[in-house]
Amino acid sequence: MYAQYVARRFGMMLLVVVLAVSINFLLPRLMPGDPVEAQLNQLLATGGGGGDISAMVDAYRARFGLDQPLLAQYFSYWRSVFSLDLGVSLAAYPERVSHAILAGLPWTLGLLGFATLVSFVLGTWLGGLLGWPRTPRIARAFGSGLILFSSVPYFLIGMVLLYLFAIVFRWFPAGGGMPFGQSAGFNWQTLTAIAWHGTLPAASIILAEIGAWALGMRGMMVSVLGEDYITLAEAKGLKPRRIFRWYGLRNALLPQLTKLAMTLGHIVSGAILVEVIFSYPGIGFRLYQAIQANDYFVIQGIVLLLSVSIAIAMFILDLAYPLIDPRITTGRE
Amino acid sequence: MATLSNGLVSNGLARLLRNPPLAFGLLILALLCLTAAIGPFVTDEALARVGATLPRQPPSAAHWLGTDSQGRDMVTVLMLAMPQTLKIGLVAGLISLSVGVALGLVSGFAGGVADTVIRLASDVMMTIPGIAILVLVAANVREMTVAIMAVIVASLSWMVTTRTIRAQTLSLRERGYVQIARLNGSSTARLVFVEILPNLLPFIAASFVIAVSNAMLATIGLEALGLGPQKELTLGTTIYWAQFYGAILRGMWWWWAPPILLISLIFIGLMLTSVGLDSFVNKRMANGS
Repeated sequence: MYAQYVARRFGMMLLVVVLAVSINFLLPRLMPGDPVEAQLNQLLATGGGGGDISAMVDAYRARFGLDQPLLAQYFSYWRSVFSLDLGVSLAAYPERVSHAILAGLPWTLGLLGFATLVSFVLGTWLGGLLGWPRTPRIARAFGSGLILFSSVPYFLIGMVLLYLFAIVFRWFPAGGGMPFGQSAGFNWQTLTAIAWHGTLPAASIILAEIGAWALGMRGMMVSVLGEDYITLAEAKGLKPRRIFRWYGLRNALLPQLTKLAMTLGHIVSGAILVEVIFSYPGIGFRLYQAIQANDYFVIQGIVLLLSVSIAIAMFILDLAYPLIDPRITTGRE
Repeated sequence: MATLSNGLVSNGLARLLRNPPLAFGLLILALLCLTAAIGPFVTDEALARVGATLPRQPPSAAHWLGTDSQGRDMVTVLMLAMPQTLKIGLVAGLISLSVGVALGLVSGFAGGVADTVIRLASDVMMTIPGIAILVLVAANVREMTVAIMAVIVASLSWMVTTRTIRAQTLSLRERGYVQIARLNGSSTARLVFVEILPNLLPFIAASFVIAVSNAMLATIGLEALGLGPQKELTLGTTIYWAQFYGAILRGMWWWWAPPILLISLIFIGLMLTSVGLDSFVNKRMANGS
């Protein structure tokens, strides 16, 4: 049963990856106009030397294999994806796209991982409280406020936080991942500097996400509290705190994990703009810079990385569910 | 007849007042739409052009929300940007709703191969992060317009509607009255459009609000990245320029705070409406069974 389930989920992941790579390959080729010519025209317009453009176009076409039939191009695209050869950056010329991505990846993973973990834990706990009849009214009002907050895009909250805490109060730095000119090393100074710079970006994601987790959890908590085992626990005279934690929260928790997989893409999309607002040196800020500079291969590389890594992350989460929750049937719905 | 419709209206109002989130949400959205509808008529478009006034002026009696670093009057900019932003959201929401409802009906009613294909497609589309594809498309389109923007955003946000409608169609299909109509020899079209579709209306309304909200989120994100329509003013593009010229670091709060407030109001209004509709739909279901 489990093997069949794993096989189906794996097939799903493969399908998503194939689709993502194919879209990445096809989109620029479907668009009207010649990307190489457009790119070169732009280069000339921004101060590149004159000369015969058509000779340059042919040279570029041959370099990227654009003179070959579409199918051959498609297969060679796959080959380069597998060897992680995503081309070179046009704006920062000899820099390889894979290198540019690798430089930003730890920042993004750190920021997103921390912010998602904190907002998941706090939001789930808050949602549990909101669904619990003994919760004081003040806590309820606070929770409902945060739920409303969750509908606002992260980066807008980030802009307000940036203004308040970096410009008006000057408690936190206004941007970047490290103090200017400081080199990274594995020591206490580096770690505090990273935490210092990461506080505001992480806070804007957490503030917006807590409400989203709380909303889902509140509903689950309410329905779990209607179960017979809760009535039994009350009849046994268990302490309310114990019922809340071990009978309520624990059982309402699992659908939250399912939701984590579903919203992964949403969280990543939102975090891109948070990085832009805080000039945080992660993938999202790199994507923004690439869009500014019309750096096509970097845009393509980052988009590919985002879709593939989310597909893989979802596959891993899918594998974990049946192990965490035996109630999840691995057969067909 | 008049008393009957009067009764219906007051009955509807009474029900609305018993559902505060829905009432508040609809009120916020109505006020925003009203402002957007009359805004362009009461403002002078020339004031939103580059260099129309002195740049970087804080709010004053002449310019209520000051001017940006290109010398545009911010009140005028916002008044012209609001309708465009709402338009993209509504059009994209409508397109994705129609596609979603159509696919959901086919998937739920026809079943078989069509169902498998549609479900697989929507599962795959839900996995791929929308913004990634959007960035790729937007970076490739030579000139972005409000219409293209709406179509792109819609093509990536039909999945939630499809799932909801499919699930509901599956359960409606087996209801007694549909079975009887089928035994009476009703055509498939009649079954779908007369027996099933009207009963889906509450779900379609709820899906519409979610579709508009998702479309707005994607649109404003793209615009803030600088991939929005180049020739038209939108709220997201206003944020982009404010960010581009460092409005926050320069302390020009009147440039970035008002569009943020407007965008937040749009999303809060949509969210309240959605939460309100949800409890309304659920209550109806509870009463029905």
